[in-house]
Amino acid sequence: MTNQSDIAEYALRLGDDALIHGQRLCEWCADAPFLEEDIAIANAGLDYLGRARMLLQYAGSILGRSEDELAFLRDAPEFRNLLIVELPRGDFAFATVRQYLLDEYELLFFEALTNSSDETLAAIAAKAIKEVRYHQRRSVEWRRRLGLGTEESNRRTQAALDELWGYVPEFFDADELEDRLVADGIGVDRSALEVVWRDRVGDLVDEVELSLPGDEWQVSGGRRGVHTEHLGHILGEMQFMQRAYPGLEW
Amino acid sequence: MAAAASIPIMPEARFALNQRRQASQFAELFDLLDAVKDPEIPVLSIWDLGILQDVALDADGRVEVTITPTYSGCPAMAQIAEDIITCLADAGYATVDVTQRLTPAWTTDWIDASTRKRLREYGIAGPDSAACPQCGSSDTSVISEFGSTSCKALLKCNSCLEPFDQFKRL
Repeated sequence: MTNQSDIAEYALRLGDDALIHGQRLCEWCADAPFLEEDIAIANAGLDYLGRARMLLQYAGSILGRSEDELAFLRDAPEFRNLLIVELPRGDFAFATVRQYLLDEYELLFFEALTNSSDETLAAIAAKAIKEVRYHQRRSVEWRRRLGLGTEESNRRTQAALDELWGYVPEFFDADELEDRLVADGIGVDRSALEVVWRDRVGDLVDEVELSLPGDEWQVSGGRRGVHTEHLGHILGEMQFMQRAYPGLEW
Repeated sequence: MAAAASIPIMPEARFALNQRRQASQFAELFDLLDAVKDPEIPVLSIWDLGILQDVALDADGRVEVTITPTYSGCPAMAQIAEDIITCLADAGYATVDVTQRLTPAWTTDWIDASTRKRLREYGIAGPDSAACPQCGSSDTSVISEFGSTSCKALLKCNSCLEPFDQFKRL
């Protein structure tokens, strides 16, 4: 019998990925290079916030806390998101490269999670995977436009790839809790996704005249609540209203 | 033969949904809810779009309405839930629970041919056709796969030069 608190923690991890990334994407609203891109980024951000709500509601139903409490009243060390999503938004090349790396990972992850023996997680995954496919298509388009665009767009894209590369290993780095859930047929064995991910990303990077960075450095810790300094800042903005006016409702 | 070929094939998912309504002992509740429209596309009801999945009334007079979100973050869901409660309250049903169901995940297969026609008349191309809803030209191009709402993409007609929305295939 799987421990319910393991499932709650798992849903919280996935919910935090979606919440923090969605919040980051929304920072681009009205600030993207052109109007259609403003709308596209905000749309993607909305998909992530919707996914975050489903996952935090699920975690909250086990923990006895509301989705709003989980989103707005936890401090940085209680967040479980991957570090890559909390990094500052950077320039547009950085934003699209991060989105692309994440899309390729989510495509594999949520496809696998649709087979979860936990019905709620499988249902959320089935919903998410359809949206991820749309996101990934747009990201591939941007890889081509920026990689094969101008010298400047290629340079910025390469710089973003170099800067983000050390956050990639965390995609595939599982701990004991995840191992237990994998054994029970509930969680996804993330380490098994790495080979396919590296193949796909490697092929596209070649095609768009970029080069894969070496694996010289890597950081991780998000799943344990060890974060970069950037998470505190994004929470400061996201949680401000609930902190200043506790219990506020729209 | 020509007449037979023109009968639109109903997607299996839609057929199952229609059967649930036909077999339901709460037909009058389904009929009442036909008045609840999508806040973004007021010519279509939540039933037309496949958002309304089921309705039931228990012995205590409590109505349970099951809806499914089109997109995870669709901001219209809260509005739709409120509209359902108001609609049923007006008909005398005071206790209404609206629950969201995620499986099976919403699909554009739930939008049948007559709904697609009304979508087109409203100016939105259906999920399986990129033809311009204004002039009918099939010479169109995609401006952005992400449009004014989560469920729509933005296209442009190369014949009449007008931009238009298309319901994304999901």
